[in-house]
Parts: sequence; structure tokens; C-alpha cells
Amino acid sequence: MINIALPKGRLGEKVYAMFEKAGFECPSILENNRKLIFENEEKGVRYFWVKPSDVSIYVERGAADIGVAGKDILLEYAPEIYELLDLNIGKCRMAVAAKSGFYDDNEKTLKVATKFVNIAKNFYASRCRDIDIIKLNGSIEIAPILGLSDVIVDIVETGTTLRENDLEVVETVVPISARLIANKASFKFKTAEIEKIVDSMKAQVKTDD
Amino acid sequence: MREKDILKSEEKAVFALRSLYKEYGYLPFKMSKFEEYDLYVRNKDFLVSDAVITFNDTNGTLLALKPDVTLSIIKNTTDNKGCKEKVYYNENVYRVSGSTRRFKEIMQTGLECIGDIDLYDKFEVVYLAAKSLDTVAEDFALDISHMGVFKAILDSTGKDDYFKKEVIRLVTEKNRHETERLCKLYALDEKSEQKLLSVIDLYGDPDMVIEKLFTICESVEEKSALSELCALWELLKKTEYKNRIRVDFSVINDMNYYNGIVFKGFLNGIPEGVLAGGQYDALMERMKRVSGAIGFALYLDLLEGLNKSKRGYDVDVLLLYKDTTDTGKVFERVKTLTEGGFSVTAQKSIPEKLRYKILEEIDGEGK
Repeated sequence: MINIALPKGRLGEKVYAMFEKAGFECPSILENNRKLIFENEEKGVRYFWVKPSDVSIYVERGAADIGVAGKDILLEYAPEIYELLDLNIGKCRMAVAAKSGFYDDNEKTLKVATKFVNIAKNFYASRCRDIDIIKLNGSIEIAPILGLSDVIVDIVETGTTLRENDLEVVETVVPISARLIANKASFKFKTAEIEKIVDSMKAQVKTDD
Repeated sequence: MREKDILKSEEKAVFALRSLYKEYGYLPFKMSKFEEYDLYVRNKDFLVSDAVITFNDTNGTLLALKPDVTLSIIKNTTDNKGCKEKVYYNENVYRVSGSTRRFKEIMQTGLECIGDIDLYDKFEVVYLAAKSLDTVAEDFALDISHMGVFKAILDSTGKDDYFKKEVIRLVTEKNRHETERLCKLYALDEKSEQKLLSVIDLYGDPDMVIEKLFTICESVEEKSALSELCALWELLKKTEYKNRIRVDFSVINDMNYYNGIVFKGFLNGIPEGVLAGGQYDALMERMKRVSGAIGFALYLDLLEGLNKSKRGYDVDVLLLYKDTTDTGKVFERVKTLTEGGFSVTAQKSIPEKLRYKILEEIDGEGK
């Protein structure tokens, strides 16, 4: 039996649809009830929904053998896992944004507000830029407007929220998409089963062109 | 209560492994809990985590609670050409634990073979690693790879250190898609890219992997390292652990320290590797030694996860007595019960959290 952690929400539903098409369906998951774990014994899969940012924790600690997590989460927490496949969905980018017309004054420490502290730190460290990290848990966009920070490092999908708040993308840090990850030890003992899922999922991945 | 009921997995492992290592002529190595901090600063990258607990000795020397055993062992062994020292240890080390990201006391056991090591020594250490895993659990897997093979393939790309560092990270993640992207970004030629990708794709049955690698590896360095891996496998496949050992290049350690065979052990039911080791001649050289070395460590704290059997109760008998009860009588009853093979706790009232099988009141009736 392969335990699969799916990220709750719209992305998770898309991911499940891929698993279903790949031949690992579990019809009970679509029933509208309060169950948390769904199993298809015949196919050897057990799904469960978890908070998207927790998927890598479930997988790293072996509660799930495999799971699907955004690259943003993997970069931020750097879990000890195998990253087996880029599912090419849930695509967005991690970007630096600031108030329109922002000028980066190199003489000053740059104040950066973000949920993704490690990603932001690594990004600016690679440029030797001195920064002051301000860790926020939500509504990041408001920080530069109120003068809490000079810039923000956050996920940008369409850029609508930014535009509506008179913010703009200064540069892209890294492109993001959903990745299929596996626990390293599970991979050793369930190699064939996990490989079978990965190969079937590979066939479901749509390329950009 | 028999021994097997009392001892926890990790405690049983310590006893069993100690006798195993002694059988193979490894001598116990006992060391102090502290070491001069300087030793770790000089070899920071060798440590699993670079955070170290430090404190000042009474004379002002900066000391550290040992985060690692290998460095101390190297420091304390003699370095004569033609000689070998085989030691084992069972020590607590203090470092940041992978999953909690906080300092933790980690019980570690392992062995080191230091000196003029040859193929036999390498085989013996890998064999003992497999045997150690077999001693502590029924279902295990030992992944081996060779730093020499990987380094030669990586060097043949002719790219810069950043590229190499990224490839190492991606290979440990089995991250094929991003390796492809990185190769494109660095405009790596098709042939070299395929070679790098095959390192990610090739894992599993050593015969199959080694055979395929021979068709890919071309340079003298690649071939000579691969021959060593092959020679080692030829010996290992004659042992009882033939089906437990696999080649997997996602097992790679720091190239500044490790140069030859490296390996990692997994137990079914434990989410991370419990054993790690390899040949570290490069570290020896950095520590101004002329000889080579190979060894491994088994992280005993992780074996806690094997303690699956949950007992439904803490003691067999809860013996209740009163203030007025004759103490001699209490002891007499406790003795009778323990001699009868029961575990007993004598109490005046029922402890809130205690789970017991039988309640017996010494001045009343048993229930």
C-alpha cells in the first residue's frame, strides 16, 4: 500500500485528477463527506489531504510514502526527500515585488517582507545584498504600501493582486510548479510500486508547448 | 520479565553490535565527551550539521560537546604505513537533528578501519555494515555508491564548482527534471548530459548498474573507480546479503572528505537512513595523515521507531498496603510475587497513570 499525501485545495484536486487518469483512482475521495483518508485496496493506494505546506513533512517523516508539494515549499524547508517528477501544474513564480517605480538604493539595507524566509535569504545572499528580513504570515502585499518593507518576496500567479495594489514585479527569483516527492526510505522498500506510479504519472504530465 | 522484554531495541542493538565488532577484531575505543572546538572548525563540512555546542574550559580553552566521533578517532590513531587500526565505539554525540532542527543527544555506534586499507578491509566494513543492519532489524536495505565514479563523471563535464555543487544536490534528490534544466542552462553537450542523467536513472541491482556503467564510463579515472566498485561487489555478492545490497548514486557524501566507496543503510519502518559510512582518505589527507580509512556509524536513537510492541500494562501486580501494614509482610509478599515471575509495585494508593494487571490488597482480598 502506498500512502499519498495530497495538498488540500484546487491544486490537490488537479493532482488527484492526474492520479486518477494515471490509473490510481479512488472514487470514495470524490464523495462529499468528512473522511480524511481514502483507500483503494485493489490499486494499492491510500490518499489523504493535508495542508499544502505540510506535505513535505508527512513525506520526510514517512507518514506518506509519496506526495505532491509546490517547489516553493521544497525550497523553503529543504526536506530530505527524493524529488521524482515535475508535474508541470500549479505553475507560478517566486518573485520580488515592490511599489511601482521602486528604485533599489544599494547604500541602504534592503527591507524584505516575506513568508519564505529561507528563499529570500538565499536569493539575496547569492548577490551579496545586505537585507533585513521581516517574516510575515499573510497579506504580504500590504508591507511595502505601509512602509514596513521596501520589497516583498512572494508567489505571483497572475499578478492581479499586485496590480490592484499598485505593486509590480521587480524580478523573478525562481519558477514554481508542483513536484512529486518520495520518502527516501520508502523508496528503498517500495521501489517497484513507487516507480510504477511515477512512470504512469509521467505520461500525464503536459509539456508547455 | 525476561531480558528481551526489558531491553529496548537500541539497547539490544548496542549489546549485539559490540559482540559482532569484537568478533571481527575491532577494539573498543572510549573517548572524552569534550574535544577542542578547533578540530571541528577546521573540518566543518565533514560534520553532519555544522552547529556545535561550545563552552569554555576553566583555563579559557574553547571546548565542544562532541558532534562527531570520526575526527577524534583519526586524531588518536597512529599513522604508520603498512599498519591498520580497527576500532569500534559507542558514544553519545551532540548535534542538530535532521528532522527537528534542534540540538539532540544522539547515541551512535560504529567502527573505523584506519591505516593501509585494501580491498579486503573495504569489503569487511561494508559487510559488517550489512550485518549490523541485519542484527537490529529483519528488513533492511544497504545502498552503495562510489565517489570516485561520480567525481570522474562530474569532472569530465569541465564545468565550474557551482554547477558541480548543484548537480550533487540534484543527484541526492534523484531530481532528473532539474538536472536536465541545469545542463541546458550550462550548455552541456548531449553526451555529458546523458552521462549525468544516467547516474540518476541507474539504481538497483548492482550487476545491472555496473554493467551499464561500464558502457558509459570512458575515461581512465571513471573506469578505474568503477573497477573498484565492481571488485567489491564481486565479493559482496558471495555473502548472505547479496539481495539486500543495491547501487544507488543518490548516496553521495562530501567530496572534500570522501573519495571511494560510500554507503547508506535503511530499515523498513524507519523514515530516514540509520547507517552511513564510506571511505574518507581525503579527510585523512586534510588531517595530514598518509594512510586511508573507511568506517560507518549507526544512529541508534532512530531505532526507537522499532519499538512497536506496546504493552497494555506497566506492571503485573499493584500491591496495596496500609500505614498499619507490617513492612516485613509487604516485602515478603513482593518477594514471593517477583520470584513467581511477576513484576510488582508496592504502593499505598493507586497511582493515577499506572496500568496494572492485578490489584492486590495486602490486608484484604486480591482482585
